[in-house]
Amino acid sequence: MNTSFLDYYSIQPVTSWIHEALCSVMPEALAIFIECVVIGVVIVALYAVLAIILIYMERKVCAAFQCRIGPNRVGGKGGLLQVPADVLKILTKEIIRLKNSDHLLYDLAPYLVILASILSFSCLPWNKGAHILDMNIGILFVLAASSIGVVGILLAGWASNNKYTMIGAVRSGAMIISYELSLGIIVLSMVVLSETASISGIVESQANGWNLFKGHAIAILAFVVYLIAGNAEANRGPFDLAEAEQELTAGYHTEYSGLHFGFFYLAEYLNLFITAGFASTLFLGGWMPLHVAGLDGFNAVMDYIPGVVWFFGKTFFVVWLLMWIKWTFIRLRIDQVLVFEWKYLMPTSLLILILMVVLKVFGLVF
Amino acid sequence: MDIKDKISTLVPGVEFKEQGDLIAVIPAASFHRAAEALRYDKEDAMDYLRDIVGMDWGETLGALYYLESTTTHARIVLRTETADRENPLLPSVSDLWKTAVIKEREAFDFFGIRFTGNPDMRRIFLREDWVGHPFRKDYDEKSNELNMNNEVNADVTTEYTLKADGTLTTEKHVVFEPDDFVVNVGPQHPSTHGALRLRVALDGETVKRVDPVCGYIHRGIEKMNESLTYPQTLALTDRLDYLSAHQSRHALCMCIEQAAGIEISERAKYIRTIMDELQRIDSHLLFYSCLVLDMGGFTPFFYGFREREMILQIMEETTGGRLIQNYNMIGGVQADLHPDFQKKVKEFIKHMRGIIHEYHEIFTGNVIVTTRLKGVGVLSKEDAISFGATGGTGRASGWANDVRKHHPYGLYDKVDFKEIVYTEGDSFARYMVRMDEIMESMKIIEQLIDNIPEGEYRVKTKPIIRIPEGNYSTSVESSRGEFAVFLESHGDKTPYRLHYRSTGLPLVHALDTACRGQKIADLIAIGASMDFVIPDIDR
Repeated sequence: MNTSFLDYYSIQPVTSWIHEALCSVMPEALAIFIECVVIGVVIVALYAVLAIILIYMERKVCAAFQCRIGPNRVGGKGGLLQVPADVLKILTKEIIRLKNSDHLLYDLAPYLVILASILSFSCLPWNKGAHILDMNIGILFVLAASSIGVVGILLAGWASNNKYTMIGAVRSGAMIISYELSLGIIVLSMVVLSETASISGIVESQANGWNLFKGHAIAILAFVVYLIAGNAEANRGPFDLAEAEQELTAGYHTEYSGLHFGFFYLAEYLNLFITAGFASTLFLGGWMPLHVAGLDGFNAVMDYIPGVVWFFGKTFFVVWLLMWIKWTFIRLRIDQVLVFEWKYLMPTSLLILILMVVLKVFGLVF
Repeated sequence: MDIKDKISTLVPGVEFKEQGDLIAVIPAASFHRAAEALRYDKEDAMDYLRDIVGMDWGETLGALYYLESTTTHARIVLRTETADRENPLLPSVSDLWKTAVIKEREAFDFFGIRFTGNPDMRRIFLREDWVGHPFRKDYDEKSNELNMNNEVNADVTTEYTLKADGTLTTEKHVVFEPDDFVVNVGPQHPSTHGALRLRVALDGETVKRVDPVCGYIHRGIEKMNESLTYPQTLALTDRLDYLSAHQSRHALCMCIEQAAGIEISERAKYIRTIMDELQRIDSHLLFYSCLVLDMGGFTPFFYGFREREMILQIMEETTGGRLIQNYNMIGGVQADLHPDFQKKVKEFIKHMRGIIHEYHEIFTGNVIVTTRLKGVGVLSKEDAISFGATGGTGRASGWANDVRKHHPYGLYDKVDFKEIVYTEGDSFARYMVRMDEIMESMKIIEQLIDNIPEGEYRVKTKPIIRIPEGNYSTSVESSRGEFAVFLESHGDKTPYRLHYRSTGLPLVHALDTACRGQKIADLIAIGASMDFVIPDIDR
């Protein structure tokens, strides 16, 4: 297997060069501190920009499904400035303080949700050499970090002192905790296949073929289960019971306004991106290019496309798949959601894990 | 046996009035006995109470009971009254027809008549702290200052019972226990289809009880009618059920024409029938859109609106309006058909037949849809009749109640169409009734559209119409049930009392029965499948 393209992909030389240049003019500790601050700013900026892109994409995609045009007035023909204008508007909105709410928890909740989201966002493998948080148990860290979000949702529902938000929060708690099981088991099966729990390791183990193809039909089934469970984790239709506009007006964030509401909204879209990002990491090879065995010319051309483009391309493809699901299906009912998880999805994912281990032990994977 | 003889043997010395409708005047003392005998009659049970119309006849207060048999479709009107204006009491018939519970509340609210034996004698449309009863002829319009305080809803209802010795006893019934988890759905809520408020007691996600609170857009249309001339009253019917604007106005025009003896042209009849059916398709498309939206499906929602837009444009060309059209007039219709009307209607039908499969592919066959609708919110046939849940809701429960079939008007006796009846009585059956009716309505229009006779679209009538003394009524099949007009004239140029049968009020009343034990999400879906429109409930 020719892996010379991995050197072309790596941005390690650039980052090392910057680090050395900084060290030559200041102590190393200060250099690392400055680098951390810069990376932090970059993450937050990327987070906001991606949210804008995703919201725009969602509006255009759902418009296409619904025989509409979508935003087309603000900012030229495509309505490109519509979402930035909306973001600007939400920044200027008043944050309404409720008289009979638990103020501390009420204010804390959106930050917990956004914290969980940014933490897991930082673990995404953007490119070779561009992992921001990378450790040998990286994927387990993501599972742990993303679970903080449900605490924020439960707090938001409880602290708002409103019956609708309470029902929404309880629904969300029941649902996210249930679907986390399937999600975790599916992730484990991919860890088995890749022989590592490190995110960069998982991506690099796919240099000779994406996990989706390596694990035969079982990996494809795992991908489907991951998409369903991930969709539920991201609280998106048909699993958007926690918001369920037609039943609970806006679910757990009914009582939030201004930027606090904006945080929930932002986190929802970024969770969609994170779900899709880890789908492409675990199943579609992350930043790895598409190689077809035997077509050397084709493979060589694919190698010239930078890794970050591959990563975004795959992730937005999965995002589009999830949007397709959301804009086609109607919402499930809470008992159906839980029955589906505990009776069908979790046994299936356990079976997938066992089969994957069997495949791996007997060396039946590619 | 003739119905008159039957009542005469039940109540000796009963008086009959035959100006317009046949009315049997029964004294209050023997009223309940007579009603019960008619309700459980062996050969011709009057098991469907169409409406209770509260009345103020000057010396007496009373009510008219419009009854119909679901087997022979024979109709009769009962009248009973009490001379006591200070403390009027009438016997309740809520033990015979469930719909009487809510209809008697309306009569109590507007006329102050207390019905002994009705378990729920709260006001229904007006605030609970309202002073006086506004439909009484001696009501002082200045008796209520503008009240800026919040209304407190009682959690307890009162039942009055008249003992044999003439004393009145009261008994309390609890609607909500103090520790019930009561959620307000509405009046501002995304899926109550208007300003309806439901107080819902929940046990976790499960609905324990639904108590509708009506009246948030009560405009007193019936009271306003009493000071309007007959042509003026027409303006308000479109504002009742705005998705049955044509049918409602059709009913009122027919009622006035029948009473005043105005014969309309054949062309006007064709136009009215076609418009009624277009309106029905329009309403059922919106029903589809609202149902899917209430269940969380945004994409199919736009399908309904896409085709509905075509109908609205056809209507706009001819009538000038899209929602409020003011098209039917006494003696015919307001304006002749637009020259493109026939062409566009035929184009629409062709388009609709070609595209309806999209509706079914995205929604009807979906596994989530079938599990959420089938077997949910079942209303039995007996309950549907007893609640007076007409229209698609009743037909989904197996009650053949299509007014177009059983009391034809317009040209419905000349066209061939099927009455859609399902027997399951669940949300899915209610949905399928509407979808099938779209096809039947297109069939009716196709039979008429090429045969519209030449002639005048409106016969000239006098600007002031006087209607001879008597009681008149007509009913039509509106988009969501039997819409009826009950008119009492005392020979003036304004009606003495003009009452409309609300198609939605019985449906909201039946919500409690259909929703108990289901989930919150089902409450919303059942409400959408019942298909009520709030301005028509509140009037």
